[in-house]
Amino acid sequence: MNKLDAVSASQMKTDIPEFKPGDTVNVHVKVVEGDKERIQVFQGVVINRKGAGINETFTVRKISNGVGVERIFPLHSPNLSKIERLKEGKVRRAKLYYLRELRGKASRIEEKRVQ
Amino acid sequence: MRAIIGRKIGMTRYFESNGKSNAATIIEAGPCVVTEVKTKETHGYNAVQVGFGVKKEKQLAKPQKGLFTKLNIAPVEVLKEMRDLESDQPLKPGDTITVDSFATGDRVNVTGISKGKGFQGVIKRHHFNGGPVTHGQSDRLRAPGSIGSSSYPSRVYKGLRMAGQMGNQNVTVRGLQILKVDLENNIIIIKGAVPGANKGIVLIRK
Repeated sequence: MNKLDAVSASQMKTDIPEFKPGDTVNVHVKVVEGDKERIQVFQGVVINRKGAGINETFTVRKISNGVGVERIFPLHSPNLSKIERLKEGKVRRAKLYYLRELRGKASRIEEKRVQ
Repeated sequence: MRAIIGRKIGMTRYFESNGKSNAATIIEAGPCVVTEVKTKETHGYNAVQVGFGVKKEKQLAKPQKGLFTKLNIAPVEVLKEMRDLESDQPLKPGDTITVDSFATGDRVNVTGISKGKGFQGVIKRHHFNGGPVTHGQSDRLRAPGSIGSSSYPSRVYKGLRMAGQMGNQNVTVRGLQILKVDLENNIIIIKGAVPGANKGIVLIRK
């Protein structure tokens, strides 16, 4: 392993669960308020995973009070305490940007049946 | 010791403990060996000559071979002289300098040789705006424009910005922050970019 990869690898998490675009996830984000730290949960659909190694990021989209909200998280950020996969979605794209045009029933994603 | 020679390894992402993500440069710095100490009395100025890296013995010229034989150290790739360095204890030839004199949060100046861009025009080299594209203009798109007045002064002022060699020169970036020092692997992680290509030699000074 070269020295650059070694520095990156020392920061990478090894306990990241498997998830992919279309899945519904809970992302536990550390939030610092004053001198107190608490966990905030962001629940939504993964619409994008990109980058590799330490630079990998993923985008989670949810509808909050009728407004679409997307957050981009660095996968290896120490601010993410946990990622939980709630549902596995059945999708035919790697980037689900078409969901931005859809509302309500049309924006649902079919759940993958696990045998 | 307030300075060290290193080699730029490359850039990556570095997360601080509060989760902040930074672009960071990885530098393999030291261990350096002191090859000569110059003093005001004998040489007219105070300086320390320091070597870094590994060189094969067959690549050395005879005068250099003599230097390393005299000091009884392994041949080094680069020798640099650093003037007026404050040091905790007086250095002597054969001493080694490691990254342990640097710590997280230190502000440093990093000197390196910038990437060469070759002979470049004024738009790339000095950020000129170029000429108009329309209104009957021809051959003026990337021209520098006027370079001065006519009968007075009847010459072009010195230092006027023109086309020429860009890059491949000594560049110092000041006030860079150290994100982490890895004593075990002789690695310094610096926030932001430093001059030069990967594998280039850089000088880090506090």
